[in-house]
Amino acid sequence: MKPIDYVRARTLDEAVLLLRQGGERARVLAGGTDLIVQVRENRRDVDLFVDIKNIPETNRLEYDPEHGLTLGAAVPCYRIYGNPAVAKAYPGLIDAVAMIGSVQIQGRATVGGNLCNASPAADSIPPMIVYRGVCHIYGPQGSRVVPVEEFCTGPGQTVLGPGELLVWIHFPPPERHAQAHYLRFTPRNEMDIAVAGSAAYVRLNGERIASARVALSAVAPTPLFVPEVGEYLAGKEITDEVIRQAGELAKAAARPITDMRGTAEQRKHLSAVLTRRALRGAIQRAQEA
Amino acid sequence: MATKQIIRMTVNGEDVELLVEARESLLEVLREKLELTGAKEGCNNGNCGACSVIFDGRLVNSCLVLAVEADGKTITTVEGIARPDRLHPAQRAFLEEAALQCGVCTPGFIVASKALLDQNPNPTEEEIRRFLAGNLCRCTGYHKIVLAVQKAAAMMQEGV
Ligand SMILES: Cc1cc2nc3c(=O)[nH]c(=O)nc-3n(C[C@H](O)[C@H](O)[C@H](O)COP(=O)(O)OP(=O)(O)OC[C@H]3O[C@@H](n4cnc5c(N)ncnc54)[C@H](O)[C@@H]3O)c2cc1C
Ligand code: FES
Ligand code: FES
Repeated sequence: MKPIDYVRARTLDEAVLLLRQGGERARVLAGGTDLIVQVRENRRDVDLFVDIKNIPETNRLEYDPEHGLTLGAAVPCYRIYGNPAVAKAYPGLIDAVAMIGSVQIQGRATVGGNLCNASPAADSIPPMIVYRGVCHIYGPQGSRVVPVEEFCTGPGQTVLGPGELLVWIHFPPPERHAQAHYLRFTPRNEMDIAVAGSAAYVRLNGERIASARVALSAVAPTPLFVPEVGEYLAGKEITDEVIRQAGELAKAAARPITDMRGTAEQRKHLSAVLTRRALRGAIQRAQEA
Repeated sequence: MATKQIIRMTVNGEDVELLVEARESLLEVLREKLELTGAKEGCNNGNCGACSVIFDGRLVNSCLVLAVEADGKTITTVEGIARPDRLHPAQRAFLEEAALQCGVCTPGFIVASKALLDQNPNPTEEEIRRFLAGNLCRCTGYHKIVLAVQKAAAMMQEGV
């Protein structure tokens, strides 16, 4: 690695100042599981790491049934699945954070980093979309909020402007009779990147689906929110045909490419299969919730 | 630019103070400055687990931690796992079960196994395989490693 500077920021203002002064070549360092590898392999030119792990706001992990979940950008995966109240309220998020990399990776990796790295295959982003996560951003102009589904703008690209950082992601409390499920397809069970993935959230009204949200990974330049599925499912009775049709809508929305992990055709097919399974999983959890 | 920084950390129970550069990984500093060569560089990108250490109580890949991030932290490497008079049960079980061939992966597996057994004293085979998925071995085919971890769990329960 070439020479680099490192500062442990203690406040949001200090981090923003460092990011502004450092310009394009200053980068936020959270868990480092993407960034350190990228810099080491010369895929990113960085002069300054701004470590945000010692800023109180980015370490928040607070849940209560009235206000929902505040998930700090520097909170590593293990703290999320290690929190019983969070694990019970947001199992679809746990599906993702417990599958990112390995135990070693989960000891460092944050969902804030997963989001800001903006990989189309990032596992935590589809569940954050279906749970209606909202990104709280801080920068030279103060604070602003952006829904998770609008945060990524292309592979590795986000809405963050110069000097801005993600502080936390906020989720509304889970609704009654509602839950989510995320799953992905990988050739290996662990330590692999999704060929495709699907997250589904459903709210039930007896035998019917009151509302639903579906988001996909690795089938578009960004994690993909598919509102058509939710629009179709609203008010429908739960039948095999309805679930099948929802899968077809997800498939129609997918715009995948062919690469070393899979072909566009396989990813299209997976979008339907995984969406059906994610919906089934979410319905089961919602019935038990 | 790229000033060096002084860091203080506790490694295997000993307080150390060192001058490091921000580009240096914890793995490099452990191996090259502290001469703790148990942790190995297999891939240097988080995939193999040969560099596993316990960092403030968590199992991590030391190749993906900067040494400057370790300032104020407590680190246990494979060198710090045995008692002065006795190997850790995981170490004994790996020897007894012959759960290694070339041995490059072994320190990482031992550290990871200790981390597993500390949080789950009686893991199932499935739990062992899942927990150790971040540690790669090119020689053994994993079977003997799983047996060794099961044996270590039994030894710890019997207090031997
Ligand atoms: C072996 C291995 C396996 C992996 N497996 C998976 C997997 O299964 N699924 C998956 O989705 N990912 C996987 N990853 C990728 C990576 O671990 C995740 O993307 C992780 O969540 C990144 O988080 P981090 O905290 O380590 O981010 P960092 O590396 O610290 O940061 C990532 C990027 O986001 C920026 N950033 C971070 N936080 C902020 C912030 N608050 N504000 C502004 N910018 C910020 C950084 O500057 C950097 O560009 C794997 C990585 C490795 C090495
Ligand atoms: S050397 Fe660190 S994971 Fe391979
Ligand atoms: S014994 Fe050779 S890599 Fe595991």
